[in-house]
Amino acid sequence: MDLDPVLLARLQFAFTVTFHIIFPSFTIGLSAFIATLLVRWIATGREHLLRLARFWTKIFAVSFAMGVVSGIVLSYEFGTNWSRFSVVAGNVIGPLIGYEVLTAFFLEATFLGVLLFGWKRVPPWLQVFSAVAVAVGTAMSAFWILSANSWMQTPAGFALRNDIAYPLDWIEVIFNPSFIYRLTHMLSAAYLTTSLVVLSVGARYLLAARHLEEGRTMMRMGVGMLALLTPLQLFIGDQHGLNTLEHQPMKIAAIEGHWDGDEPGALVLFAWPDEKTESNRLEIAIPKAGSLIVTHDLNGLFPGLKSVPPADRPPVVPVFFAFRSMVGIGLIMLAAGWIGAFLWWRGRLFDTRWYLTLMGWSWWLGFVAVISGWIVTETGRQPWLVHGVLRTADGTSPVPAASVATTLVLFVVVYGIVFAMGIYYINRLINRGPEGRAAEPPEQGLPSRPLSSALDSGSEVLSPQP
Amino acid sequence: MEWYLPVIWASLIGIAVVLYVVLDGFDLGIGILFPFARNERERDQMITTIAPFWDGNETWLVLGGGGLWVAFPHAYAVIMPALYLPVIVMLLALVFRGVSFEFRAVAVTSKRYWNFAFAAGSTLAAFCQGVILAGLISGIKVENDAFAGGPFDWARPFAILCGLGVIAGYALLGATWLVMKTDGAVAERARRHAKELLIVVLVFMAAVSLWTPLTIPRIAQRWFSTPNIYFLWPVPIVTAVIALMAWRWLDARREALPFLASVALFLLGYLGLAISTFPYLVPPVMTVWDAAAAPASQIFLLLGTIFLLPIILGYYGFIYWLFHGKVREGEGYH
Repeated sequence: MDLDPVLLARLQFAFTVTFHIIFPSFTIGLSAFIATLLVRWIATGREHLLRLARFWTKIFAVSFAMGVVSGIVLSYEFGTNWSRFSVVAGNVIGPLIGYEVLTAFFLEATFLGVLLFGWKRVPPWLQVFSAVAVAVGTAMSAFWILSANSWMQTPAGFALRNDIAYPLDWIEVIFNPSFIYRLTHMLSAAYLTTSLVVLSVGARYLLAARHLEEGRTMMRMGVGMLALLTPLQLFIGDQHGLNTLEHQPMKIAAIEGHWDGDEPGALVLFAWPDEKTESNRLEIAIPKAGSLIVTHDLNGLFPGLKSVPPADRPPVVPVFFAFRSMVGIGLIMLAAGWIGAFLWWRGRLFDTRWYLTLMGWSWWLGFVAVISGWIVTETGRQPWLVHGVLRTADGTSPVPAASVATTLVLFVVVYGIVFAMGIYYINRLINRGPEGRAAEPPEQGLPSRPLSSALDSGSEVLSPQP
Repeated sequence: MEWYLPVIWASLIGIAVVLYVVLDGFDLGIGILFPFARNERERDQMITTIAPFWDGNETWLVLGGGGLWVAFPHAYAVIMPALYLPVIVMLLALVFRGVSFEFRAVAVTSKRYWNFAFAAGSTLAAFCQGVILAGLISGIKVENDAFAGGPFDWARPFAILCGLGVIAGYALLGATWLVMKTDGAVAERARRHAKELLIVVLVFMAAVSLWTPLTIPRIAQRWFSTPNIYFLWPVPIVTAVIALMAWRWLDARREALPFLASVALFLLGYLGLAISTFPYLVPPVMTVWDAAAAPASQIFLLLGTIFLLPIILGYYGFIYWLFHGKVREGEGYH
């Protein structure tokens, strides 16, 4: 069997980066949530906030560990699988990754150590400070990594000599044209994803009639974030789309399933884009509404896929469907947030069973939206690795396809085990709940990090409820 | 500037790698020694000594790899494909071992699997790092600035020697760390292990020191030609003296000194390798000057590094100070 090394390298990177992004999109939001809880705790002295913060910190630790180990893999894959890209783009985006490590990783690692293990050793204000430092660290990490990614989408501030990019202006490199849109879009996606998880866990506790005080706080904070941030996110997404139209018009054409640029684009609700016939099958569409969204003008024209040769088009089907998945989930989140806000206003948020049940099952939606969004932007970048500079097919390493195929299988197996067990353990932590009844009874063996002693030592503040 | 910058960066990456080797070395060493613990309480005690530190320690690996890419993209683009399989297997081993910290804390019935994953992942990662080291020392086939060899070029007897040597070295660091950070049965056993490992490590160091000049003329010439030999002869002597001191300090039941002596042994071994290979990043074809990134890129990150590295070392001082002292059986930081 002939294996295509480029396709295998792409599959491997797509698999490992998709696995990775799940955890940052959760930990960026969760660290901010924990920091908010602890700041509120210091300000008000309400102890259930501390209980909640310590509960989510345990879940954070498990997620963060998976994010760290899968992130280290990525920093080496640029070299192992994309060595030609490393040379072509290394001068420009290498330093951005370097700054990520220097400004964010050490900050996160150090203060996470304090946050997890410092309760007996540091004063409360330093615990709170550590939580804020971790939250800032995760956001800074996003800043640099999204700057590097945006440069691959909309490269700026460089010159090509002998096919290698050399930096000219670092401000233009870092703040390249799509960066601010991508950064705000991703950060707010991470905060939304986490808010929905928090809301979902809160709803489950209320349905089960346990941890009522904590459950209500989680629901209020989750609903508040969804109701306020989702409309903002839709606005940012729209602005991001206008920016993409300017710099990567073929990505927009694939998103819209728009083949012919001589006519105003329809809003295609459903279709099967067929790359052979260069048309949409089974199309359900609202005429001209696509132009209204993309150009903010009913008769506006924007380039169609047919305006470039097939070799310069991104794969249409994944971009088209991933975009609808992302936007669809965005609209569901908007509904969840606004219905929740309405129920809250009517004083029915905590006893509307159908809402609690639906929310209890919706924790995963944000993750699917984030992954869909990344499929849109990364698949939509094809056939370019660095837009207009380096094609994906020219960026790979001189490694035989068999090596890549072997390690791809290893990645799938290892990540499959780690992911399944990680979800299982996080679910177990959630079922145990915030009071820290995490300590197993002694006859089951001693907990590895003696949580029981933590509870004893923290009992003056933790005061377990009956 | 064109001449100094790559040397400065080679030194910085050298520092990052040595910090990684020493810092993650002792916590990988705990994993290598994990199977020798008698029960769950001892394993908990061992893992608690490194729990607040391991994540920060492993970050130096990202800085080493990332730094190599930033400062020497040509070398990065040759080394990673050449050592493709050992690098990926090392990363996967680190994945297993990294999640084991958190998973075994939550697990009940499956805890023994994560104990195994922690021990096996640590040992395999150490072995792969030795293989990578051996691959770098032995040299890489390069044509037109790109790797031109096969996927198993690194698989030589010397790679197995280095792999086992790194396992023994990390285990020594881990054992002396436990001597310093624990008491009771764990510390007693660690002291015994440390003495055995000290001998094993010296044997491996001697083997590598003889093997490399005998098989690679370039390295023989570096060490044994005049006037080099007048400057270099103290390196093996100092190594022997420190090993002797470490033995005595272990006998004298000193607590921190054996660990510091093991670190010193690592630094000397590292110095020896640096003497053997400088100025090559990819021996014998690519020097630090051949592989360097554009000066503008090296300067841009250097400015940040000069400013941020002291802050990072400050974090380290803070967290090691915060969690100083011994971890006793049944004790946690929570």
